[in-house]
Amino acid sequence: MNREQRLAALNAEMAKRILILDGSMGAYLQGFGLTTNDFHGTRFVEHPMSLKGDNDLLVLTQPQVITKVHEGYFAAGADIASTNTFNATRISQAEYALEDVVYEINVEAARLARAAADKFEAQDGRPRAVAGALGPTTKLLSMSPEVGDPGRRDVNFETMAKNYEEQALGLIEGGADLLLIETITDTLNAKSALWGAWEAFDKTGVELPLWISGTITDRSGRTLSGQTVEAFYNSVRHAKPWAVGLNCALGPVEMRAFLADLARVAECAVSAYPNAGLPNAMGGYDETPHSMEAHYAEWARAGLLNIAGGCCGTTPEHIEHMKHAVEGVTPRVAPMPDARLRLAGLEPFTAVA
Amino acid sequence: MTNPFANFVIVGERTNVTGSAKFRKLIEADDYAGALAVARQQVESGANVLDVNVDAAMIDGPAAMTRFLNLIASEPDIAKIPLMIDSSKWDVIEAGLKCAQGKSIVNSISMKEGEAKFLEYARKVRRYGAATVVMAFDEQGQADTAQRKIEICARAYKLLTDSGFPPEDIVFDPNIFAVATGIEEHSDYAKAFFEAAAYIRAELPHAHVSGGVSNVSFSFRGNEPVREAMHAVFLYHAIRAGMDMGIVNAGSLTLYDDVEPELRERVEDVLLNRRADSTDRLLEFAETVKGGKKKESGRDLAWREKPVKERLAHALVHGLNEFIVADTEEARLEAERPLHVIEGPLMDGMSVVGDLFGAGKMFLPQVVKSARVMKQAVAHLIPYMEEEKERTGMAGQSNGRIVMATVKGDVHDIGKNIVGVVLQCNGYDIDDLGVMVTCDKILDRAVEIGADAIGLSGLITPSLDEMVFVASEMQRRGMSLPLLIGGATTSRTHTAVKIAPAYSGPTIYVTDASRAVPVVQKLLGGERETLIGETKADQSAARESYLASQDKRPRLPLEKARERAPQLKFAPVRPSFLGLRSFTEYPLEQLVPYIDWTPFFSSWELAGRYPAILEDEIVGEAARNLYKDARAMLDQLVAEKWVRASGVVGFFPASRDGDDIVLWSPDRRRERARLHTLRQQMDKGSSSGEAKPNFALADFVAPKGTDDYIGAFAVTAGLGEGEVSIRFKRANDDYSAIMAQALCDRLAEAFAEAMHAKVRRELWGYAAEETLSFDELIAEKYRGIRPAPGYPAQPDHTEKRTIFDLLEARERTGIDLTENLAMTPPSSVSGLYFAHPRAEYFGVGRIDRDQVEDYAKRKGWALREAERWLAPILAYEPVR
Repeated sequence: MNREQRLAALNAEMAKRILILDGSMGAYLQGFGLTTNDFHGTRFVEHPMSLKGDNDLLVLTQPQVITKVHEGYFAAGADIASTNTFNATRISQAEYALEDVVYEINVEAARLARAAADKFEAQDGRPRAVAGALGPTTKLLSMSPEVGDPGRRDVNFETMAKNYEEQALGLIEGGADLLLIETITDTLNAKSALWGAWEAFDKTGVELPLWISGTITDRSGRTLSGQTVEAFYNSVRHAKPWAVGLNCALGPVEMRAFLADLARVAECAVSAYPNAGLPNAMGGYDETPHSMEAHYAEWARAGLLNIAGGCCGTTPEHIEHMKHAVEGVTPRVAPMPDARLRLAGLEPFTAVA
Repeated sequence: MTNPFANFVIVGERTNVTGSAKFRKLIEADDYAGALAVARQQVESGANVLDVNVDAAMIDGPAAMTRFLNLIASEPDIAKIPLMIDSSKWDVIEAGLKCAQGKSIVNSISMKEGEAKFLEYARKVRRYGAATVVMAFDEQGQADTAQRKIEICARAYKLLTDSGFPPEDIVFDPNIFAVATGIEEHSDYAKAFFEAAAYIRAELPHAHVSGGVSNVSFSFRGNEPVREAMHAVFLYHAIRAGMDMGIVNAGSLTLYDDVEPELRERVEDVLLNRRADSTDRLLEFAETVKGGKKKESGRDLAWREKPVKERLAHALVHGLNEFIVADTEEARLEAERPLHVIEGPLMDGMSVVGDLFGAGKMFLPQVVKSARVMKQAVAHLIPYMEEEKERTGMAGQSNGRIVMATVKGDVHDIGKNIVGVVLQCNGYDIDDLGVMVTCDKILDRAVEIGADAIGLSGLITPSLDEMVFVASEMQRRGMSLPLLIGGATTSRTHTAVKIAPAYSGPTIYVTDASRAVPVVQKLLGGERETLIGETKADQSAARESYLASQDKRPRLPLEKARERAPQLKFAPVRPSFLGLRSFTEYPLEQLVPYIDWTPFFSSWELAGRYPAILEDEIVGEAARNLYKDARAMLDQLVAEKWVRASGVVGFFPASRDGDDIVLWSPDRRRERARLHTLRQQMDKGSSSGEAKPNFALADFVAPKGTDDYIGAFAVTAGLGEGEVSIRFKRANDDYSAIMAQALCDRLAEAFAEAMHAKVRRELWGYAAEETLSFDELIAEKYRGIRPAPGYPAQPDHTEKRTIFDLLEARERTGIDLTENLAMTPPSSVSGLYFAHPRAEYFGVGRIDRDQVEDYAKRKGWALREAERWLAPILAYEPVR
């Protein structure tokens, strides 16, 4: 199956059922008990600083572990794997002084995921897609790092867009089928990611479907940069996304209302991959695979979902239960395209005429 | 003001340097705070979209656009509406697009540089995720006739939609030009616009029509009444033709019907080019209204005629912020240095406020309002002072710096905010660290900024312990700063007995906001040693009398007290359901009738019962004004759903087991949870025979063998409360911030009251026939009680954990518990329901070691842990 055939098959599946995205990379990796030496591998033995915690680097130093994670999720029933590239931008890797291997990480990450996907595709002929993941980076374009100096920004749009462009180029080269701009805390970062993606498309002549997933950071229903869900949607609608969704930060209980807001307005597919609850006092997550199952079943029946997955704290077991929860339920039907002028500040504004 | 033109998008024009000299001067002077104030005023006046234009010769366009939009991004009350990024230069537009996270409108692009350039800009606009205004402008120039306008717009529409540009994101500006200029060719300009608008809306699907309305009246500059009339009449016709967006002064839109008929007719003649002499006739009429009629106003504005110093004092004393920025600016221009405005007229005004407050002629709500005015005045001056500081290297003067915080584990800060504001308007720098602040953070901050004092606040009893901890940490770190203690749960005695002995520096209890100023003045001024001496003497007296009082109170051994438990008969009613029921987004308007206003006034330090307080001889006026403001905000809060209310109620089979209450599974076979209660140990024995009973909450539940029940609840009216108060604080409006918090508190209590009524009459249903007036409700004349952990009948806060687990309260209501068991959001209430007809509220009072040991065993605690949680009610000094 080439990319084009795979995407066509995936879209045909999505019209019939709710697609399954994988779960958390971090929760799974924790189980491997990786040591500092493991992170450094043989290649970065001499690296002047500790690389422990740089999960993205593992695609270069412990590729067999990443492959295991992807295969674990495909075995649990995932249709889509997201690449291990959440922090694979120069801005984020600067923390580890690894700016120079960013491109390589993205290529390898997409390759590893694609190889795992090919293996499962070959078994039953069903499409397995790879979503190249573009994370929020460690810097914000809409907010000052300094409360006393609200006009200040540590990074500008061009630099951010260049970071994302490099990441997108690597993911495309490695064989990603989709681009997933995820865990968006600041919509301006996401807009720069879209810009970077388009630059990469222009350069490669390859155009991948765009999937945009925002993060509501508190119960009032706002992104970190202050937008409501509908304002967020209005602000990324120009990308004609393949899917939009919400992920991270909240557990399924808290996410429900905001997901419903999004499902009401989005003219494309809608995805949700919440955390396994909010972190508890011990730093763990309270939602069990069983309790998550109930939430997904309810969301699916309420017609809120086209794609379901898991974020922080979820495991293949969660994904298995989730798949079970949404099996046989008719996927959400998007509303008719809306030809009204839809603007947004922190809040949405729709011209009536 | 709301949009009087339904379906018409109002684009606020005052943040446009080409249209507003005031805004241009602010940007040129780098006065971005002032510029933001203009933007805020546009939003408040009802603008749907904010036009931002910084095109002026002396302004670096891309830099100014970037700076201004970045600043707007951190002002949620401005940033909530979309932007119109307005410039004739593409690099300025692009700079703006790079700072806008929302979906904005670009103003504008056109075909004046040819089709290729036009399409290139359009493509970029789309990639930045914006809509765009397209000017009726092509290679030949700006379109002035209807035919040219139509031709250009049709061509642009086709080019754009063919390239994939969404038609709904196209806004045509078919050029509004000045009429009545005396030049023959201009007479049809308005009509041409109307015709083009009609064509676009009919023939170019989903596209919009906009324009800069004030252009039309350009020839009447200086004659506002005529200009406003022209705008009103122009809009009336343009909207009927199809214009659906306009760049207008959002604050001063006049309605067509409100234009004086004679003026309206003459304006209409001009706009529609109905007579040859229409311009002359309008000019003639314009002469008669020149200078402008003052608009009628119901308010007494005589004070506006006074000199600026007196106006500032008047505004401060009366809490009027409408003109404060303008007046402060005027004073600044007169003063040699901006600081002199603060030290002079503003401080003079505030000292009048302080005197009136001290003399009891002004009350806290008024003072906080004055403080708001002061803050806004100072906020206006700060940029100038900083600039001066940079220029001269001089540091600002301050009477002293105080770090304030609500301690770790506690979330209550209304009182602390009030004290902070009052101190601020007396010239102290307040560094407010907020709520739930750890000891280290408070002390580190104090050291970092070289604070002159630390103020701690707390409401729940475990906070008392935390304050002792902070004091002992200050001792350990060898600090000597004064430590101020305040908050509802603190007291002179506790400070003297527990906190002061832990710290050798001055430790002073501050009763309330009105005491805060004199204490701090003395402490940081010349009378420091006197105050410290007095405090030490007072505290040692308080300790002695505390110790003396300890021995005088007779208490019973626990066994004896249990023998004196009330002997009740039981005839339980089964609740209408067992298990949980959630109430999500409970309608706020249904809570309003249950509000008990008396505690609201006391939170503002106004003593007296509502409604009598409104007629009180001394505080009546302050109370009335406060009440008026409160009702106005409450109406808005409810209508606009600033906060959400959610709750959960549960009923469970229960039986008494000693002083515990066991909650059972529905079949009464499995123990689900255990509630622990504390028993009064005071000796109530009377010489005349029978002693009064010694209560514990467990007494109100039947022992095993009778199928009795217990209820529990958790309600909040504070979901979103934090945001609301932050929004006000950002606008330097502490008065409204505190008001909103106090209202949410009242709503939460009202929710608890409303829910209790529903429980009695319906959910539990043991008093289905109950009909009580509001006063009777407040007087608690109903059957059954709803005691809350942390209050006198059950002083142990940790019981909240059991209740929250039972109710799944966190998931169902969004209320969380801090590590010290404060509920967050703070405007939340939780507790138990007892239905027994003789159930009553009581205070456990002090308890002896025998009960603490027994309680520790029941809770599975070590004795020390029990002593920590029960510290406020121990009748003995625990061994440390």
